[in-house]
Amino acid sequence: MVIHGDSSAPLHRAMSSAAATSPSVDKVDGFSRKSVRKAKQKRSQSSSQFRSQGKPIELTPLPLLKDVPASEQPELFLKKLQQCCTIFDFMDTLSDLKMKEYKRSTLNELVDYVTVSRGYLTEQAYPEVVKMVSHNIFRTLPPSDSNEFDPEEDEPTLEASWPHLQLVYEFFIRFLESQEFQPSIAKKYIDQKFVLQLLELFDSEDPRERDYLKTVLHRIYGKFLGLRAFIRKQINNIFLRFVYETEHFNGVAELLEILGSIINGFALPLKAEHKQFLVKVLIPLHTVRSLSLFHAQLAYCIVQFLEKDPTLTEPVIRGLLKFWPKTCSQKEVMFLGELEEILDVIEPTQFVKIQEPLFKQISRCVSSPHFQVAERALYYWNNEYIMSLIEENSSVILPIMFTSLYRISKEHWNPAIVALVYNVLKAFMEMNSTLFDELTATYKSDRQREKKKEKDREELWKKLQDLELKRGLRSDGIIPT
Amino acid sequence: MAGADGDDSLYPIAVLIDELRNEDVQLRLNSIKKLSTIALALGVERTRTELLPFLTDTIYDEDEVLLALAEQLGNFTMLVGGPEYVHCLLPPLESLATVEETVVRDKAVESLRKISQEHSPVDLEVHFEPLVKRLASGDWFTSRTSACGLFSVCYPRVSSTVKAEIRQHFRTLCSDDTPMVRRAAASKLGEFAKVLELDYVKSDIISLFTALASDEQDSVRLLAVEACVSIATLLPQEDLETLVMPTLRQAAEDKSWRVRYMVADKFSELQKAVGPEITKNDLVPAFQNLLKDCEAEVRAAAANKVKEFCENLPEDNREQIIMTHILPCVKELVSDTNQHVKSALASVIMGLSTILGKDNTIEHLLPLFLAQLKDECPEVRLNIISNLDCVNEVIGIRQLSQSLLPAIVELAEDAKWRVRLAIIEYMPLLAGQLGVEFFDEKLNTLCMAWLIDHVYAIREAATCNLMKLVEKFGAEWAQNTIVPKVLGMANDPNYLHRMTTLFCINALSEACGQEITTKQMLPVVLKMSNDQVANVRFNVAKSLQKIGPVLDSNTLQTEVKPVLEKLASDSDMDVKYFAQEAISVLALA
Repeated sequence: MVIHGDSSAPLHRAMSSAAATSPSVDKVDGFSRKSVRKAKQKRSQSSSQFRSQGKPIELTPLPLLKDVPASEQPELFLKKLQQCCTIFDFMDTLSDLKMKEYKRSTLNELVDYVTVSRGYLTEQAYPEVVKMVSHNIFRTLPPSDSNEFDPEEDEPTLEASWPHLQLVYEFFIRFLESQEFQPSIAKKYIDQKFVLQLLELFDSEDPRERDYLKTVLHRIYGKFLGLRAFIRKQINNIFLRFVYETEHFNGVAELLEILGSIINGFALPLKAEHKQFLVKVLIPLHTVRSLSLFHAQLAYCIVQFLEKDPTLTEPVIRGLLKFWPKTCSQKEVMFLGELEEILDVIEPTQFVKIQEPLFKQISRCVSSPHFQVAERALYYWNNEYIMSLIEENSSVILPIMFTSLYRISKEHWNPAIVALVYNVLKAFMEMNSTLFDELTATYKSDRQREKKKEKDREELWKKLQDLELKRGLRSDGIIPT
Repeated sequence: MAGADGDDSLYPIAVLIDELRNEDVQLRLNSIKKLSTIALALGVERTRTELLPFLTDTIYDEDEVLLALAEQLGNFTMLVGGPEYVHCLLPPLESLATVEETVVRDKAVESLRKISQEHSPVDLEVHFEPLVKRLASGDWFTSRTSACGLFSVCYPRVSSTVKAEIRQHFRTLCSDDTPMVRRAAASKLGEFAKVLELDYVKSDIISLFTALASDEQDSVRLLAVEACVSIATLLPQEDLETLVMPTLRQAAEDKSWRVRYMVADKFSELQKAVGPEITKNDLVPAFQNLLKDCEAEVRAAAANKVKEFCENLPEDNREQIIMTHILPCVKELVSDTNQHVKSALASVIMGLSTILGKDNTIEHLLPLFLAQLKDECPEVRLNIISNLDCVNEVIGIRQLSQSLLPAIVELAEDAKWRVRLAIIEYMPLLAGQLGVEFFDEKLNTLCMAWLIDHVYAIREAATCNLMKLVEKFGAEWAQNTIVPKVLGMANDPNYLHRMTTLFCINALSEACGQEITTKQMLPVVLKMSNDQVANVRFNVAKSLQKIGPVLDSNTLQTEVKPVLEKLASDSDMDVKYFAQEAISVLALA
């Protein structure tokens, strides 16, 4: 599990550089990056929950926990939790400054307290902790600043109330990790509804928040056995909605990261539910436009599955072939990368089952006019394990690959690709020289046969068309039997 | 395979199926798109017994191919032998209605809805309705989602026992485990309500509506708002209060902005559906809240509806409601922090003047228009200017110009050229209403200044504007006020301004008439043929071609012809080209 808080560092760097170069809005230079042009936008956002009450908020300061006798501490702890349920408006940077600071220091104190203290977790404390956390973190996420928010190009909108929110998350994680924490009591309060709201927060645009959420959900999944199936099902729903309805959800990478570790712990043999998840949810996730944002985590999950149960290789590879990108070369490169990861762990018996469709696709990639796609596919021949698999099955693979390779060696515009192809052809020649010579000899006649077939098909369709016309004429639109 | 003359059995199904199985997706797709041709070649019987079973069995393919197939099958009734056999199409469409890809599934449902109309009532119960039931109780969410779209098409034409079953299935899907299915059910709730008997609307639909409107997922709740419009239309007025309003009130105050946005977006429809009484008591305060919502998206959606909402208020106390309840909120929106909100308001706010009449407009609306005309966001200013005409109708141009003129003059020099353009387009209207004197005094300088604007579109519009002004004020006015200034620009050091002179002459010559053109304009044009910039010279050729018809033949022969001939031997290729073109058009060769 990744430690939270790490991923925000590069973000700040990106932000300050964008602010430094921000040009005036009136003179838009069409050639600058969108993110630079849009840098003038406000970058923080309040949560949608806050409705101004108009009047200032007053909290009565309480003594520090360490300043009261141990016997009074649980009571004071509860009072402090209740105070922290108060929500402040962070979009108004001037209001309630004193009270905001007071809540911040109280939250800090609570964080320390649950980390080091013993015997504070009375049964009454559980509902109060959950209530405080719920009050602070559960909120309707605000609309995204721009309609066509592009996570790769645009700056994420940061949560304005982060100074408080971060401490609440910190506190909650310490609470869940505390030695005194008893899931059997907590499960009354951390229930399905709680988890559902937690999952919705993964759509937050703020990467810092998603990082904390990842840790929280991971802890809950670990400690509450009764919620596990429910969590998996709801993640399913989020993904299905993401793939088939909205194509928009900010926390896909984080959820996949959690799933990666969950899959790791699946017992064998895999349940039907898990296999269905692989085939019906994880594989279709490859179709989403923003794949690059979570591809690494997705590929990790897929490979985890295959390491658990190699018989899933065939459906997985067939699924990838079905969703193979048709117009997006960057995605094609990603697919090829993932496929290599899969081939790295494939069992030879599984390889035989899918080699034909697989190499038909690879043959198409090799002849892609986009040199990065062709190059990525040709790199497979540098992989020793894949090479050994190809060698064992050269009688099947060589005929599939030969035509493309032979043609590219003569036609491709990119000299680097041509050089790579020569190497591959050479390798094939060494592998199976008899078959190679045979294919070279029949190359021409094969092409001619293909052309003839093409012509026959045209003929057939022409005849069909004539027939359609004739029948249309004969029967005034009424089809004869 | 008897006939050699293109007989029915000429093409064995194997050949055709080979085409449908081709390795190349593009070819498969092409074949599927010509599926009707294949069916025609096979004839209706073999289409039923061989082609359709093949299609049903090999449903696993690229989504693109499946989409084409789903679409084709919706038009296949005649190809399988007419309505009598239409049920043969159900098996392949049923499979297509269960696939993952939404586009394919939606298309399959669309085709199923289409062919359901071609089923006889008996077939509907024997073949179609069981299919709907199977889909409704499918394992995977996709089939249940598809089922939601099929209830309403078969309900009206089946027996009452089957009707009861259908209602039961719909009820079950409304409380489905999967949010995707509940969303599908919620989005079809209104449609389904429309085909139900009123008693069942009251007993069944209302409880489903209430449940969906308080679903834990906001994406479901917001769909219930849409259904609310249809349901409210179906119910008698006296039931609305108890059956619909509690839910609607709750939706207008939902904690999710998406639901509130939906309410704002559908506000006019809701208003019409619930009628004037409820509007007065409930919708007015709800609308006020939406206009004051904490989320800009919601405020913008509500601001967009301000005019429509006010228009549709009951006439007896419309003015009072607007003045006391709506206008105060509108005033606040004028200085909203979000530009989308202000811009949405600016696009409709002018429409209020027609509703409120002259006095209220002058007293209450004009200050708002003025404020928005000076808004920092160009889109807001533009929206106001583009709608000036509705105010004009109410308060008259004199009143409008007195109060708005300073702002308009300021906008004539706006930094955004689209705003300047919108102002220019208003000039002929203003000029016509204000009269010559007023125009000369206040606006003439502006109109001339636009001629040297640094944006071409503005210079072009300014030229066109001059032509319209001359048409209004006459040639004499042109001769005294405009022509000297235009011709003066012919000596400008900037060649773009010199070209503007030519463009103006092109536009003005006809309106000014032969005398002015020959005596004042032509000499300037001819002199410019010696310009050192080729663009000016070829525009001289173009101008001569343009103003030629206004001149008499003597002038053409003696003055225009020599100049064009000289230009026709210019060193620049384009100058030559346009000079030759002018010579041939004016028949001077």
